[in-house]
Amino acid sequence: MIITKTKSNLLDYVKKYNKIFVIGCGTCATKCQTGGEKEVEELVNKIKNMNKIAIGKVVESPCDLRVLKRDLMNYKNEINDAEVIVALCCGVGAQTISEFSNKEVIPGLDTLFIGMVERIGRFYEKCRACGNCILYETGGICPITNCPKRLLNGPCGGMRDRKCEVNDKDCTWVIIYERLKKYGREEDFKKIREAFDWSNISKSREFMR
Amino acid sequence: MRIFSNFMKKLYNGNFVFTSEIEPRKSVKIDYLINKANFLKKYVTACNVTDNPRANAYLSSIVASYIIQSHTGLETICHMTVRDRNRIALISDILGASVLGIKNILVITGDHTTMGDIPNAMPVYDIDSTQFIKMLRKMIDEGKDINENPIDGKIEIHIGAVGNPNANPIEVELYKVERKIKAGAEFIQTQIVFDIEKIKNFIDYLKPSPPFILIGIFPCKSYRIAENIEKKLPGVKIPNEYKDKLKKAEGNSEKIDEINIEYFSNLIKEIKKSTKASGIHIMTIEYERIIGKIINSL
Ligand code: SF4
Ligand code: SF4
Repeated sequence: MIITKTKSNLLDYVKKYNKIFVIGCGTCATKCQTGGEKEVEELVNKIKNMNKIAIGKVVESPCDLRVLKRDLMNYKNEINDAEVIVALCCGVGAQTISEFSNKEVIPGLDTLFIGMVERIGRFYEKCRACGNCILYETGGICPITNCPKRLLNGPCGGMRDRKCEVNDKDCTWVIIYERLKKYGREEDFKKIREAFDWSNISKSREFMR
Repeated sequence: MRIFSNFMKKLYNGNFVFTSEIEPRKSVKIDYLINKANFLKKYVTACNVTDNPRANAYLSSIVASYIIQSHTGLETICHMTVRDRNRIALISDILGASVLGIKNILVITGDHTTMGDIPNAMPVYDIDSTQFIKMLRKMIDEGKDINENPIDGKIEIHIGAVGNPNANPIEVELYKVERKIKAGAEFIQTQIVFDIEKIKNFIDYLKPSPPFILIGIFPCKSYRIAENIEKKLPGVKIPNEYKDKLKKAEGNSEKIDEINIEYFSNLIKEIKKSTKASGIHIMTIEYERIIGKIINSL
């Protein structure tokens, strides 16, 4: 899931506009409680309290151009009328809205990461979308995301009593070792993993099947 | 085996080798580098030159190594971390180090950027230390960079890596050091260690030499420094008996020197007698004078 949090200075952005359309997200941002029905309604009310005109609509998934078109079909005039759109969704949704509407868009949320949900309010980053998943080699734990140095042949010299030198979490490479050992794959731990090819993710990616 | 440095020549000849360390500063002055090196060269075969240690931005280790070698003749072991340079910059700096006559490189991961004095910098870690060692091996042995592009002329550098006999759990550390040796490291310098059993365990597993293993030691100038080292360095345990002696001798520098000479000459003798270590890497904080005293006492 894409994890988002509400932008703290959102209303400062809104100040200079009078007609505002708020778009929420029925998928990730609803689950994060940052852009669902309730949050869209709350924001609309806040903007109205600033003596401005505001309308809100939650789109099932604003990152999907087709769904966005479908869900906003009946709001064409309101969107045309609006001076600005506030996107209560991730950066992908916000850009899809921008492309679809050709309007100025204010991102209402900060997009944090691709994460696992433990429960609402407890989210953990798990994947950096590197494009070449090595999870099998590393016992199901991603060093690119979890090791602050992104090492492929860890641990580094900073590991101290299982702990990482950077945060107070367990060292990713100790956990990887313990997992591989449990699976009877210590030899895989001892292998040298080659340098990663970053060329693919150093420019914006497209995927056409 | 091709030998490019005096340090490596001594190791191959079976000499027990001493090295020490100089830390460049956030400074454009060079007199402290020269003074320290002139003092150290009386006692050690080579001196390590640190690369932005603890992620603090200091004078380049390559430039400092060049200054030390050209002004004093003391051979250097130049540290290079993978924290601040991608593979393009690493290749470029290896070519530069070669041109400047640096013959030994110690490959280091590097403390994380957030621990240093520029914590908002982007940490690079494009390749890790094992991959850097492999890249260096190819540059030296095949005259090609990591992507097979040919290099004009020969790179004559020996590759070192670091290891920590104090690590807990120790298996992950041993397997990692083993990887670095497999990748082509010729010598290993260890983290500070006080415990002979940990030293033996580390060396027995790695079966030197080659690769040559130099054990890191750290004579403490005061009780406070001993406490600090224990707190800051992963896994380092300093024996209480030694610390108590330092505490009692507080303020009496002659007595402190005696305590260090006694402790470390015994430790070094034991290392020489019962392990296949090839030498000792002595680190200090503003306590260089003890280095000669310990070495002379052996
Ligand atoms: S290796 Fe890590 S970052 Fe890459 S795809 Fe797998 S989980 Fe994501
Ligand atoms: S201690 Fe472990 S998780 Fe932390 S940076 Fe080093 S290798 Fe990565």
